[in-house]
Amino acid sequence: MSTNGRADGRGLLLDIRGLRIEGQSDDVWNEIVKGVDLELERGKVLGLIGESGAGKSTIGLAAMGFARPGCRITGGQIFFDGIDLRTLSDAEQRGIRGRRVAYVAQSAAAAFNPAHRLIDQIIESPLTHAIMSKADATKRAVALFAKLGLPNPETFGNRYPHQVSGGQLQRAMTAMALVPSPDLVVFDEPTTALDVTTQIDVLAAIKDAIRDEGAAALYITHDLAVVAQVSDEIMVLRHGKQVELGTADEIINRPREDYTKRLVAIRQISKNGEALPHAPLLTVEGVTAAYGNSFTVLHDVSVHLPPGQTLAVVGESGSGKSTMARVITGLLPPKSGAIRFDGQAMPPRLADRTKEQLRVLQMIYQMPDVAINPRHRVREIIGRPLEFYFGLAGREKEKRTLELLDQIEMGGEYIERYPGELSGGQKQRVCIARALAAEPRLIICDEPTSALDPLVADGILKLLLKLQAETKVSYLFITHDIATVRAIADMVCVLYKGKVVRFGGKQEVLSPPFDDYTDLLLKSVPKMQIGWLEGVLSTRRMASAGN
Amino acid sequence: MHPIIRTVVQRLALSLVTLFVVSIVIFSAVTLLPGDFAKAILGQAATPETVAAFQKEIGLDKPPVTRYVEWIQKVAVGDFGESFTSRDNYRRTVTDIIGPRLWNTLFLAVLTAIIAVPLALFLGILAALYRNGWFDRIVNALTLTTISFPEFFVAYMLMLFFAVKWHLLPSLSNVTPEMELGERLYRCLLPSLTLTLVIVAHMMRMTRAAIINLMASPFIEMARLKGIPPMKVILRHALPNAWAPIVNVIAFNLAYLIVGVVVVEVVFVYPGVGQLLVDAVTSRDIPVVQACALIFAATYILLNLIADIISIVTNPRILHPR
Amino acid sequence: MTTDLHSIPREAVLPRRKTRLGTALKELGKAPFTAWLGLVIIITYLVVAIFAPWIAPYRESQVFEQPYAPWGGDFLLGTDQLGRDLLTRLIYGARNTIGIAVATTLLAFIVGGGLGILAAIRGGWVDQIVSRIVDVILAIPLLISALMLLSIFGSNVTNIILIIALLDSTRVFRLSRAAAMNVVVMDYVEAARLRGEGLGWIMRREILPNVMPILVAEFGLRFCFVFLTISALSFLGVGIQPPTADWGSMVRENSTLITYGNITPLLPAGAIAVLTVGVNFVVDWFLHKTSGLRDEH
Repeated sequence: MSTNGRADGRGLLLDIRGLRIEGQSDDVWNEIVKGVDLELERGKVLGLIGESGAGKSTIGLAAMGFARPGCRITGGQIFFDGIDLRTLSDAEQRGIRGRRVAYVAQSAAAAFNPAHRLIDQIIESPLTHAIMSKADATKRAVALFAKLGLPNPETFGNRYPHQVSGGQLQRAMTAMALVPSPDLVVFDEPTTALDVTTQIDVLAAIKDAIRDEGAAALYITHDLAVVAQVSDEIMVLRHGKQVELGTADEIINRPREDYTKRLVAIRQISKNGEALPHAPLLTVEGVTAAYGNSFTVLHDVSVHLPPGQTLAVVGESGSGKSTMARVITGLLPPKSGAIRFDGQAMPPRLADRTKEQLRVLQMIYQMPDVAINPRHRVREIIGRPLEFYFGLAGREKEKRTLELLDQIEMGGEYIERYPGELSGGQKQRVCIARALAAEPRLIICDEPTSALDPLVADGILKLLLKLQAETKVSYLFITHDIATVRAIADMVCVLYKGKVVRFGGKQEVLSPPFDDYTDLLLKSVPKMQIGWLEGVLSTRRMASAGN
Repeated sequence: MHPIIRTVVQRLALSLVTLFVVSIVIFSAVTLLPGDFAKAILGQAATPETVAAFQKEIGLDKPPVTRYVEWIQKVAVGDFGESFTSRDNYRRTVTDIIGPRLWNTLFLAVLTAIIAVPLALFLGILAALYRNGWFDRIVNALTLTTISFPEFFVAYMLMLFFAVKWHLLPSLSNVTPEMELGERLYRCLLPSLTLTLVIVAHMMRMTRAAIINLMASPFIEMARLKGIPPMKVILRHALPNAWAPIVNVIAFNLAYLIVGVVVVEVVFVYPGVGQLLVDAVTSRDIPVVQACALIFAATYILLNLIADIISIVTNPRILHPR
Repeated sequence: MTTDLHSIPREAVLPRRKTRLGTALKELGKAPFTAWLGLVIIITYLVVAIFAPWIAPYRESQVFEQPYAPWGGDFLLGTDQLGRDLLTRLIYGARNTIGIAVATTLLAFIVGGGLGILAAIRGGWVDQIVSRIVDVILAIPLLISALMLLSIFGSNVTNIILIIALLDSTRVFRLSRAAAMNVVVMDYVEAARLRGEGLGWIMRREILPNVMPILVAEFGLRFCFVFLTISALSFLGVGIQPPTADWGSMVRENSTLITYGNITPLLPAGAIAVLTVGVNFVVDWFLHKTSGLRDEH
């Protein structure tokens, strides 16, 4: 035990011992939390971190004595301020929930009731528990709105959930949790669904609010860099078990377990990218594209990419980066502008392209789950392009498929599998093999790692780099993550609201002087470093004071 | 214009267009008649002259558009023309034939709706709340069985027990216009009960599914995590969002009711539009068939329109635009 | 560099080499009582329908001297109003009624399912035109449209099959279009289009396998609906015409007996009810199974 004051249990707000939770799938109960101990003092923040399936959200809800439908708490004790929540009746548990323990969900858009005004939902807890008058609760909510940096705090609550942006809604939900002055707040991935430039503001607001309110918090996330900014202590979870527990400083700077070390070490791949002067393989010339007649998504976009290199296209949701991929592949013919490939003009419409033009341009998608047909075996998925483009069949096709499986570092035994029998990372590897099978000259990668857990994503990036070295294929790599850009890019294009803000070699784009947007984007990416958030915020305050 | 009004007006216009197209389709029925149709109606003894006269009488000599305009103009004021059974010495307009029967059918349908809708909603919500409990399982098996039964099976079973064996209710529902309300209700009870059984099963299953779907929403979980008591979770958080699905369920089943009415009326010899339609189809009395079909279709469209409008006006996203 | 191996879900690590048949048999072993009952019912009906001429004691329309003969003796279930053996009529009724309903449902699925998937892939004007036509047909209750069309074209088996199949295909169209729409937006369909695959390949290999479970369940439900509708039409006297033995018509022909407490008309009605109950039980279990699978992901 690394922190003091544990042995006597004094001052412990939350003390979970030997927690076991089972989840039901296909009529079978499996243990998803396997004996977790957790201790939290008043006013402290404990970060729970782990990849999907680690059981972190389930533990967070269990701290409120709650189990989702399809889950059941089967063992252990959950002491909240000395009371075992599991021994309480439903009514007694309700007396604690929302008053002494509050919850902030991942998707605020779904967690607010669309039928009621925000303010009515935000002050519902204190009114239900009869701990405040309506006027007092409203006053407190308005004060919290102001503290959380919401616009027009007096009238903000009169709006309906769908009338408010995602970042604002997430803050409103934090306000909702804090109104009754709870002792403990459970934050369940509160910033995961937000864009990186919005995330930093919400994160800062949450951090200030918890500190000022003196509430303890469980902060659940899969992003170690985020949790390092807000937590006093961090617990690393995996497969429903604790891997390591320590202060934020210990976990980030002196991890003991191998798994934690690997988590800390992610995003540290770096390619010494340099744009070599070479006739470009792909040229995007003044492309303007729109959905329908009015909704223009890309404005006069021009970029190019030399063979064997990687162009990273960076931008937030709505910046038009995926639309750019649709234009290049011919799915969305542009309003004006042209796509050139190896000096030749590419027909704008998919239907007008020759088989050869289709072959040299392949694609990898964000969600490997939906990028391969769940009803096809790996043999068919990888074999089809071989058969389609090169007319391979029988033993030749089999041989080449096995070679490709080998190239993506998966064994031949996977050839008979259905996608449902593969992990997320393996599915993405199969997608890469399918693209590779066409022996393309350019692969468009549309956020291929953003749906994967960090360690798995790292593996995919390394594989892509290795394949590029072997086959000299070019990548057009779409991403919202600067760390990924550092890892794989030779050239970078920053997109903002459909316009190219910055384009050039990686060193050039990622070095000052910056334009405002690139500056904001670069500074918003959480670093694996304690105190990073404060650093950024104080620079910002100085900057705004200077203005 | 407020988006609500705009959306409602759009739906209204869409329904009118649908009704218009449906009326064209129903009208075209006459044009689709096979060549030997007149012979089939007039019998084998018909001479070419009588056939020609008959075709002229139903207007087959005029261009279709003219005939449609004439027809729809009359229909708009409730005149559906004359029945094919109408003869020179015995004139029968379709409106005269349908009028009293329409009232009877409406009476039966409304009576059934009054019994069935509250019962189905109550049972459906109960089953959803005690999901996977014994009540839910029993009700699921029972309703699954009931919706599998043909209406006439349910009708004859009820008739066998309530009328023939126990002599509680009359087996035939031959109501007359002069009948007192009490007597009328007594005679309508068996057909109404039959329809209720069939409809409640459908409506209950759909209500249950809609509620379960709603209760899985994250905002319901949020309400629970705020410590809101279960009853208040349902009344304050689930119900305001449940109107649209529930109203759609009701409308769908009332629409189903107007079809079920046809078979049940025949079984109990109830003098309604359904029975009339079947008789008219058997005797190929096209004007009557057209009128009945148009009435059924219009009711169907109206029910869906009402459901649509209620869904719209209870949707907070449209009610409170950005 | 095999970081992935650490994050493979449990089910992927365990050897899960299973055939489709094996899976089906395993699922069947876990099926609830109702599903088993449903399967037994369906198989029994199919056997009776297929082997009707060998099982039935008499010929389909063989008329005997005694109408309304009581149960027992030469006629196990008595005779009908014309003196035909009721048991024989019931057995042949299985063949006719089920056969016609299956043919109708199949036709509805070929037309509606094909158009639905096509509309989902193609979109644009193909989708618009078919969808609007379907909207109009759906704006009139099916039984009413069927009655109207039958009054025009006359009642015979071919007309019934064509009319009901056409009308019911609108519902199949709606469902298969919606189901296929969900698949069309998947990246693997886009990947196939980018590869340059043709329409036929995409329909057959990418979309059909993924909408199949939905269509199979719907086939059961639509069969019940069609079966009940045709029976209702026959009962109303505008469906399958005599002397073809058919359950709906048999209820109608013997209906007066019920007022004397004779349950003969309930036999064909019950035969209809039991089959639909059976099919519904199986479909309910199948739907539960397939939706359960969806929850896993």
